[in-house]
Amino acid sequence: MAKGVKPRVKVPKTAAAGEVITIKTLISHKMESGVRKDGDGNVIPRSIINRFVADFNGQNVIDVTLQPAISTNPYFQFDAMVPEAGEFKFTWYDDDGSVYETSKKIKIA
Amino acid sequence: MDFTRRNILALGSGAFAVVTFTGMPAFASKTDDAIAAFTGGADVTEGGIDLTAPEIAENGNTVPVAVSAPGALSIMLLATGNPTPSVATFNFGPLAGARRGSTRIRLSKTQDVVAIAKMEDGTFYRAGATVKVTIGGCGG
Repeated sequence: MAKGVKPRVKVPKTAAAGEVITIKTLISHKMESGVRKDGDGNVIPRSIINRFVADFNGQNVIDVTLQPAISTNPYFQFDAMVPEAGEFKFTWYDDDGSVYETSKKIKIA
Repeated sequence: MDFTRRNILALGSGAFAVVTFTGMPAFASKTDDAIAAFTGGADVTEGGIDLTAPEIAENGNTVPVAVSAPGALSIMLLATGNPTPSVATFNFGPLAGARRGSTRIRLSKTQDVVAIAKMEDGTFYRAGATVKVTIGGCGG
């Protein structure tokens, strides 16, 4: 498992029913591309997050496939519709099989 | 003929031009392969996508890119000059508020960034932007 992986998500605390909100996510991960070489000329093996999924109350918002060309600490900004109060669930899938999860509740105001 | 300094320089730049020209199709076909895999060989129409990328990126390690395509099911991002052209694919779910997403990508050198959108009616749209990269972002 990659070290020091920490997901950070920015979701508004409240929204009106049916409102479209902007969500920002960032996860600290080195995203080793697999083309870089170390000091001795050996290729550093690829180690990236290959998939990111955001769901709201079990319904999908966005599902992103990541390739090595995504920068270190993958950042995503996207829009989500909030039909009711509930919970956003964010999931990142690592090449090594690790799964990182975080969730955020949102209220209807 | 005498090989003057000028002649040698001219020969050198000629050889360089040949190398770059033969190098180009390899990259182009890699990108085309990736596009064909995404579209399944369907026709791609220019336009319909809003692709926002900086004209000049000082650091190729992290280039902010935003795509937006109203009515898209999924959007694929490609960097035509990278060792692997594929960058990311955004698939929008039923609760996606708008068909847009932004992220930060790596670019190895000055090149075109291409976005291909798959629409709900099964058509495909394409948009491109050239990004000048001062420091490449693929190491090596």
